[in-house]
Amino acid sequence: MFKKIMVPVDLAHLELIEPSLQAAADLAKHYQAEVCYVGVTASTPGSVAHTPEEYAEKLEAFAQKRGNMHGQPVSSKTIVSPDPIADLDNTLIEAIDDVGADLVVMPTHPPKHADAVIPSHGGKVATHTKASIFLVRPSAGK
Amino acid sequence: MANDPNDKSAKEPNTGSEGIPAPEGPANLIDTDYVIGQDNITASPLGINVDLHGKVFTISSLVILFFVIITLALQDYVTPIFDAIFSFLTGNMSWFFLLAANIFVILAIGLIFTPLGKVRIGGAHAKPEFSYTGWFAMLFAAGMGIGLMFYGVSEPLTHFGTAMGGTATENGMRTDWAPLGAAAGDQAAAIDLGMAATIFHWGLHPWGIYAVVALALALFSFNKGLPLTMRSIFYPILGERVWGWPGHLIDILAVFATLFGLATSLGMGASQAAAGLGYLFGIPNNNVTMVLLIMGISLVALMSILAGVDKGVQRLSQLNMALAFLLLGFVIMVGPTLAIATGFFNNLASYLVNLPALSMPFGREDANFSQGWTAFYWAWWISWSPFVGMFIARVSRGRTVREFLIAVMLVPSTVSVLWMTAFGGTAIDQVISDGFTGVQDAALELQLFVMLGQLPLTQITSFVGIVLVMVFFITSSDSGSLVIDSITAGGKVDAPKPQRVFWALIEGAIAIALLLGGGLAALQTAVITTGLPFTVVLLAACYAIVKGLMSEPRSG
Repeated sequence: MFKKIMVPVDLAHLELIEPSLQAAADLAKHYQAEVCYVGVTASTPGSVAHTPEEYAEKLEAFAQKRGNMHGQPVSSKTIVSPDPIADLDNTLIEAIDDVGADLVVMPTHPPKHADAVIPSHGGKVATHTKASIFLVRPSAGK
Repeated sequence: MANDPNDKSAKEPNTGSEGIPAPEGPANLIDTDYVIGQDNITASPLGINVDLHGKVFTISSLVILFFVIITLALQDYVTPIFDAIFSFLTGNMSWFFLLAANIFVILAIGLIFTPLGKVRIGGAHAKPEFSYTGWFAMLFAAGMGIGLMFYGVSEPLTHFGTAMGGTATENGMRTDWAPLGAAAGDQAAAIDLGMAATIFHWGLHPWGIYAVVALALALFSFNKGLPLTMRSIFYPILGERVWGWPGHLIDILAVFATLFGLATSLGMGASQAAAGLGYLFGIPNNNVTMVLLIMGISLVALMSILAGVDKGVQRLSQLNMALAFLLLGFVIMVGPTLAIATGFFNNLASYLVNLPALSMPFGREDANFSQGWTAFYWAWWISWSPFVGMFIARVSRGRTVREFLIAVMLVPSTVSVLWMTAFGGTAIDQVISDGFTGVQDAALELQLFVMLGQLPLTQITSFVGIVLVMVFFITSSDSGSLVIDSITAGGKVDAPKPQRVFWALIEGAIAIALLLGGGLAALQTAVITTGLPFTVVLLAACYAIVKGLMSEPRSG
């Protein structure tokens, strides 16, 4: 049913995205799909990497490591954005088409009041793409 | 995107930085164990995520709060102190400001012509992230914006008036405010001198100051891999100590300078917009209007912040450039076209002719002018430079140093000449040809509108003028929040959005508080006071730029 699963990854907060990584791996095995790990980074030095290139290397290494764990084919895509926080939603929406994913598995926080001003990324992405979206709450599996 | 091993221009990346690939194409990373954000505090109070540099954020926000409260509560006591500091600094330190600004200009122009100009920001193969128009628009909107609207008419007119007035001496001291030796009674010479003096304050020097800060920040962040904060510039001098207290102090100073510089500009913008609305629509020009204006405009700025750099600041800046050029074009077409056209070259020439004398740091006879105008301007530009510089740095990745310097120095300076010639020239022409002195007699913030009032379609042009001021306000507030947030988050540009919102609100609040407290003088003193230590920071930046560029591979 799904051929390519896109998984947005925040290398700085891996613990928060563990449930969605798990879900993506299981789905990929079930549907024999490829998993594409997508990371968005600023062009300025950040806590994960000094340069976008270093970030891309780390993301690729991360993807390979995950691939060894679940056994499905993997790929990675690093997107450089001058303003990764504000542009994240649009960057991800564009990335879905770029990598040709038909399913996106991404973490999201439970609904809260601040969403009225700053909506959740998962919710925004889901309303702007044709791909299927699987939003994973942080409490999943606990 | 990995390094091309066959790259002809490749120089071996720093061997000390094993495991870190160079930025796009060859560059020379600095090897440090510092992890960006390692001193940060992350928390989620009230469900809002924050990610801040504990010391820089706490100290700078507390001191600013303290400053605002003291200024408002003890106004009668602190005003004389501010005045004394102000006149001491402009009086005794003006040679230092003037000398330093000259060094910045010479360095920035010099680098254009050296082989170091070939270094590309972000690594030899980095690609620019913004189009030329978007880039220019953001440079200009961030760098001057409101100031051009505020002083475009009034400054040329003022210098023209004082120059016509000639010199006056009392006990051997010049008491007039004329630049250089004045031009008593000689109208043509007074125009030349007045325009030269104005362009001097809005030309190469301010942009040279910005260029130095922006280049240093961009170089140490994009090519050397250090966080995008002021402290990184000091790495060649302080080494690993920049991550400790010396670095904290530099960053805190940068936050002050940015906030005070911004608040001054926002206060000016609010008073001009309120004056314009009163002039055009008869809306009472009082504190209520101004407070409502600041609140309303801050709200729009918040939306722009939430939209991000690409869709927020960039689009607004482009809109503003379009509007500004429309207004400029209109004034040129409808105003004294021929006088402006010839005036442009005339003024450019007289600027260049008078440049050495105007920028002379020592032995000045025109103390009032060189201290009260020039030194104040230089301190103002300098204290504003972390803000503008950081913003320019952030949007300039992928440009070569030469391209960068030409874009930051020469293009905006030329536009400044044209702007001042058109707006100031028209106002002067109204005085000379029509004997209309309404502009001279009007309040500072009204002068633009009174000048436009003498031209046709005044309703429309004045309205465009008001919109321009407001949008410049928004872009300043937006980019300012971005910059302060990044400094107080230890150089992170991907800190949570609510922090930017916080700073935008604080900027609006400071502008309101100080306007209500009548504290524009306090603000100006704050600007000058932070400007002085920052001049030292900038001189260090000059050294760091040259040292940093020397170690970079040059692209073709």
